[in-house]
This record gives sequence, structure tokens and C-alpha cells, in this order.
Amino acid sequence: MTATLASPTTSAPAVPLRRPSLARLTMVELRKLVDTRAGVWLMVAIVLSCIGFATIQLFALDPALRRFEIFFLGTLLPIGILLPVLGILTVTSEWSQRTALTTFALVPARSRVVGAKLAAGMIIALASLGASGLIAAAVNLVAMAIGGDAAWGIGLAQVGAAAVMQLINVTMGIAFGMLLLNTPLAIVSYFVLPTIWSVLGGLVSWLATAARWLDFSLTMAPILNGATLTGQQWAQLGTTTAVWVVLPLLIGTLRVLRAEAP
Amino acid sequence: MIVVKDLTKRYRGRTVVDRVSFTCEPGTVTGFLGPNGAGKSTTLRMLCGLTTPNGGTTAIGGVPYAALPNPGREVGVLLDASAWHRGRTGRETLLLAAAVLGAPRDRVDQLLRLVGLAEAAGRRVGGYSLGMRQRLGIAYALLGDPRVLVLDEPANGLDPEGIVWLRTLLRQFADRGGTVLLSSHLLREVEAVADRLVVIDRGRIVAEGDKDHLLAGSGVRVRARDQQAFQERLVAAGLSVTSATDGALVVQATADQVGEIAAACGAVLTELRPSVDGLEELFLTMTRTHTPQGGNR
Repeated sequence: MTATLASPTTSAPAVPLRRPSLARLTMVELRKLVDTRAGVWLMVAIVLSCIGFATIQLFALDPALRRFEIFFLGTLLPIGILLPVLGILTVTSEWSQRTALTTFALVPARSRVVGAKLAAGMIIALASLGASGLIAAAVNLVAMAIGGDAAWGIGLAQVGAAAVMQLINVTMGIAFGMLLLNTPLAIVSYFVLPTIWSVLGGLVSWLATAARWLDFSLTMAPILNGATLTGQQWAQLGTTTAVWVVLPLLIGTLRVLRAEAP
Repeated sequence: MIVVKDLTKRYRGRTVVDRVSFTCEPGTVTGFLGPNGAGKSTTLRMLCGLTTPNGGTTAIGGVPYAALPNPGREVGVLLDASAWHRGRTGRETLLLAAAVLGAPRDRVDQLLRLVGLAEAAGRRVGGYSLGMRQRLGIAYALLGDPRVLVLDEPANGLDPEGIVWLRTLLRQFADRGGTVLLSSHLLREVEAVADRLVVIDRGRIVAEGDKDHLLAGSGVRVRARDQQAFQERLVAAGLSVTSATDGALVVQATADQVGEIAAACGAVLTELRPSVDGLEELFLTMTRTHTPQGGNR
């Protein structure tokens, strides 16, 4: 609902008011992600799980595999699992804490709030790559000291694919949050539904073909393995994204635009 | 200036707000009164663009709320004092809003002092009492330096001292040309500050007008040293007399009339003032005598 309307009866305020820019709203949403204890602890949990995962890699892996690229790819998994929870919370906390009331009173065009939340989630997703790089670099330095390949190279395509993966993960979290507007329900659905689907795909033979196109654990696997994705693999990832991210995102957005503020 | 016209809201076929119309002029405080569940909050939510009406229009300064470019700069809204993120501090709650409004940071500290939360500003809202949350809400509403205030039950949870403080604040706001609309289910909270009253019951406006005008019909309270004898005198004079719950007499007459009768018979009066209970009664009868509306589609 873009409204440039000024009814003829409007008495103009002394200073013409402008609506807050999308950039400003995005800054506010970013700030909301980290200004509560829950948000801070989730960030800490993400960083700690990355460090933990990389440390296990450091000692478990063959010395020849102790290199930056492997450590970098290793951090993607814990971040990819926990970051979407942040995406879910950015939406559902507005309902559970009932702050949607004040958020939408200040910004009645709810689509702009949705846009700002998506933008904030994407910024966090891209920033997480920096964190992945930093943690991987630190672990690689240790690898250098304790013995290992400790090579620094990584392909640009791999970093790009990693970025796509984290963007998908966070967006899926936000989409599930908007679809369900309930923290526990959204978190459980986010983790359980794809898992059930994966298990079914593995058990039922006639579902296996569909799973190759619709199961993130399969279509994201090449990224986590550091492979350069083929055209078909991109198509498979795209199809999975359409079903698990774009569709809930569209329905979820409609729901937020229409839902009664709590 | 707030204009509400023919506002209607139905939930599952039940009409909770039924063709509600009223206007709030700049420089006035309007009390929006009604028992719980009468449709006050739904009306205010529709006014602030949070609930979509089934019919009717609302405008603030001539435009619908949702069409205001930066609504918080023009309308200060407090709809629910418990709708804060419990994990945020009071100051952070205001800073987030200030960022959206484009209000300077020092305005936040200024308002925290104004509402008496300067010391509690660094604490999480989850630990605030209801009164403190109301104060935070009032600071939140004032943050954008608006010309209009819309407050739903703002006195709820405030201590008597806080209620007096709120009255003064709203009075000053209106005297500077601001428009105030505040709701309450308690007459007493509103009558001391409101210039106008809008009374709603079961979704419909049952009374609207100047407070003094609405008050006029409610008579005077009187106590005499010899209560019984004086009551007989009043009845003999053809006046309608009832007893208030605390034993005072409520007379449907002006203070002047009652004083004259007292002078004529030499009765010693110990109390003579406009009946507050009368207004309460007016409020209660208005909301009681309204017949249930089951026939609504």
C-alpha cells in the first residue's frame, strides 16, 4: 500500500514530515536482533558452536585436510542451523512480546516492516560469512602451529555459494516465523518438517527422486562439501528454495499484512 | 483533530463497534468511556490503523492514520501498557522508537525524566510494575512531539499520585492546543480532566457531549445535620430525592434551589456540591438500560 495521497483537507504540519527510510527501518530491525538477552545469547551460541565445531575438525581431521577452506565450510553448518532461529525470532517475538502493536503503530505500512526484517536478516547472513572467515582463520593459525596443511586458498565460487546458502537459511527462518507467528511452533516446524521430509525421502523409494529436488539436506550438500555447483545442482537448490522459502514467504507476508496485531 | 465516522467492526457476525461517530477538537481532552468489552479498544485500534474496520472512516488532521508519513510525529499512541518486549530496557525501548521517528537521543532521556523513569531506565521492562509500564507508554507516546494523543486506559495501574500527574500532563497538552482522546472504564479517572465525554456501550455511542452538559442532569449531593427532616422538606418542595450509598442525599435540583430551601427552613447543611455519584449513576444507567442487541447480523 504505497500512499502518496494527501487529502485536500489536510492541514500541513509546520515541518513537512517524511516517512522513515527503509535503511533506517533496517537499522532498527538489526538493533532489535541484538538488544535483548535472547538475541545476545543466540549470537554467543552461534559463535561458540562454530568455535567448537572448528576445534573438533582441527583435531579429528587428517593433517592434510587442516586448511582454511575446510574450516570455513565447517562453520557454515552450525551457523546455518542457528541463524534461522534469529530470523524466526525477529518475527515471532513481535507477536509473543506483543510489540507488533507499537511497531505497526509507528509504521502502518506493514510491508515496509517485513522488508526491513528481510533486509536485516540478509545483512546478518552476509555478516556471518565474515565471522566464518575470522573463526576459520583463527583455527587455521592453530593448524599452522600444531601441524597441518594450513593452506589459505578458497574459491570465490565457494564463498558465493556459501553466501547463497546462508541467505536461504535466514530467509526461510523469517518465512516460517511469518507463516506461524508463534515462536515454539515456528522453531519446531522449521527443524522437524524438513527432517521428516528427508527421512521419508530416504525410506520411500518413489519419493527419492522428488527429494533430490526438494530436500535441502541433499541440495545444499554440494555447498557444504565445497564442490562447485553444476547447472542442475543450482536448479535443484532453486526448486527446493521455491518450495521451502519463497512459498512460505509469500503466504507468511500476506498473513502478517492482514493479521490482527496482538 | 480526530474525526471518527460511522466506524463499524464485526467479528464472526457479532458487531463489536456499531456505526460509531465522534469528533475530538484541538485544545480538548475527550474521555472515551464504557464498561469493559464495550468496544473502546477496538475503536482506538481502528483509529490507529491496527485493525481494519468493516465500515466507516477515521481521520487525524484530515487524513487516515495509515496515510500519515511518520505517524509517531503527529499522533502519540498508547494502546496497551503491557505490550513491551520484556527483555529490553526502558531506555532501549524508547531509543528504538526514537530511531524510527527521527527524534534526537536526548529527547529520550528528557522524557524518561518527565515520566519519572530516569532511574529505572536501564532496567528490563519485564521487571517494571504496571504503573511503570504505563509511564513508559506515556513517554513513548510523547516521544515524537505529537499534536494528538490517543491513550487506551492510561490510568490503569497508576497510583493516585500518578493519576494526578497524568491529569496535569494531559491538561497542559490540551491547553497548548493538543488533542487528547483517552479511554477508561472508570468514570472517576476521566471526569477530572476531560472536557468532553463519549460514552460507548455494546459497540454503540450512548452519550456524547460536554462533560458539564452531561453532568448537569445529575443533581447535587447534600447533607444536613438533621438529615431526615431536611429530606422531608425537599420532598415537600416537589424535588426528587434519593439516598447515595454513603448516606448523603442526591437531589435533582441546582445547588441554588437546595440552598434556598435550607435557608427557608433554617436547616444546617454540612455538605452541598454537584453529585459525583450522579454522574456515576448516569454512566451506569446509560450502560445498563441499553437493551441487548441480539438481532444484529
